[in-house]
Amino acid sequence: MKKFKLILNTILILFISISKSYSLVEVDITRGNLNPLPIAVSPLFQDKNSNTFFKKELNIEDLGSEISKVIENNLKQSGLFNPLSKEAFLQKSDIAHLKPRFEDWALIKSQALITGKVTAVNEKLKVEFRLWDVLAGREMLALAFTTVPSNWRRVGHIITDKVYQRLTGEKGYFDTRIIYVSEEGLKTKRIKKLAIMDQDGFNTKYLTLGNELVLTPRFNPTNQMVTYLSYFRNLPRVYLLDIETGIQEVVGDFPGMTFAPRFSPDGKKIIMSFAKDGNSDIYTMDIENRIVERITNHPSIDTSPSYSPDGKFITFNSDRSGYQQIYVMKSDGSNVKRISFGKGLYGTPVWSPRGDLIAFTKLHKGKFYIGVMRVDGKGERLLTENYYQEAPSWAPNGRVLIFYRETKSNDKGEGFTAKLWSIDLTGYNERMVNTETDASDPSWSSLLSN
Amino acid sequence: MNLSKILKNTFLVLLLSIVVSACATKKTVNIDSQIQGDVYTGTDTVEYLAKGVPDRVFFATNESILTTMSRDTLRKQAAWLRENPSVNVVLEGHADERGTREYNLALGERRANAAKDYLMTYGVSADRISVISYGKERPVDSGSNPLSWSKNRRSVTVKAN
Repeated sequence: MKKFKLILNTILILFISISKSYSLVEVDITRGNLNPLPIAVSPLFQDKNSNTFFKKELNIEDLGSEISKVIENNLKQSGLFNPLSKEAFLQKSDIAHLKPRFEDWALIKSQALITGKVTAVNEKLKVEFRLWDVLAGREMLALAFTTVPSNWRRVGHIITDKVYQRLTGEKGYFDTRIIYVSEEGLKTKRIKKLAIMDQDGFNTKYLTLGNELVLTPRFNPTNQMVTYLSYFRNLPRVYLLDIETGIQEVVGDFPGMTFAPRFSPDGKKIIMSFAKDGNSDIYTMDIENRIVERITNHPSIDTSPSYSPDGKFITFNSDRSGYQQIYVMKSDGSNVKRISFGKGLYGTPVWSPRGDLIAFTKLHKGKFYIGVMRVDGKGERLLTENYYQEAPSWAPNGRVLIFYRETKSNDKGEGFTAKLWSIDLTGYNERMVNTETDASDPSWSSLLSN
Repeated sequence: MNLSKILKNTFLVLLLSIVVSACATKKTVNIDSQIQGDVYTGTDTVEYLAKGVPDRVFFATNESILTTMSRDTLRKQAAWLRENPSVNVVLEGHADERGTREYNLALGERRANAAKDYLMTYGVSADRISVISYGKERPVDSGSNPLSWSKNRRSVTVKAN
């Protein structure tokens, strides 16, 4: 196990001003957005001294411009915004940050404008930014951040979160990470490693070396711990990994395979399946006192559990009806109710962080679907259909799902790929998520800064 | 014979003919007669624990039921294991790629245990058999077609020592 320090240096956020007045720009994210909002992200201005300092410190020529690219890319990937080409910008970034000439920005059809300034202050990175309503001709939001220079990408993500929140009225999901399984090599002997990256595919770190098979990682609510399945010493067991110290341990003392682990919403328990004598049931283990509780007791396969955000219910899949279907029960295992009744098989239910929906994988007539249904099983909506895809995970704001998709191989096994994809809850804006290698089993962190 | 009995018998006959015709149609779509029903019956990937003792059994999609052929293979394995009491085995359960990862892990475990139970009923003691599931993680055939998948739905008996 490689040690890997998660850089979670505090980022000081200073509110300069937030205009409470009604603005003309707003984005409705509850429907598929076919007309993304035109927005101009002016390169963040920096003075000469700061430029020299950051070049020395980070080996980056123009940090202000790089941060603006992070923001731009985030906005574009969200599908809700259309960042305009910088070549069309008429006003210089330093002057625009003081007071934009709104006519100039309206002329290029921009409805919102982001300006900013980057300075080196006592060897730290200080970033100011402002969000402007071009049509109304006024400031909507102004903030300043101070942090260590190496955190510059995170500053870009936090700015995007603030802009997203101001314009949509909902929290963002950009200052987040994805934990996933990196895949390489032949399909018959795939090498798999745990990997963490920023939500936009940057800053990839590998947490295991690939000596043993690892699967299905999940963050705890504070993103400091990861639970996953490892075939260490050829014994498939659920492990708990402290990301900062690199210390890992087996969860519980089970005489057989444990798998499909996740944390409870309060982070105190791990819920997982334990397979013995051909039967898989769901168990929890309290991380503090190690007490193990059996939650389901049925001679069928019960797995892929997921807690409701309030911790009162658990959804899981079971083949007790003869086929894989989705069930909901109270967190003590009582009141088991089947909720999936559509045609086909249903698996990997995941409760939305907003509590109102359950995302799932559906297999029907040789096709795989990612979909959502209400927690009573009604209102099923399929968001995407493909040859093979499964295991959705929610963005912390409950608006976007990430999952993995595999391609069909030919008879020689060629043409096989595994990639991460994301899709909006609306079913629009399906995008491949960049990863250094092939990838599967993605799990979204909560917001790193709140 | 009363009417209900007649009806019942007719129904039975009807049912039988449906089963037979279902088998017949299935056979016509068989690939090189290497699949029967949904179960692989070929020898492509099969290795041998000893002469005449195949190392693996195959399953239908989503199933862990042992076929007649599988039971025959496992009886041979049990006989060989009884003759070689110092050998312990690991039963490796596998699934094809057309299922969710976690369910497949459980399914592989269920398949390996089906084989284990059968070996036990033919006199191999439980402490000589361990079980591991690889789910869909270790296919033997990397194609994405029904024949490849049928080879991958398997339980393989591997010498542990």
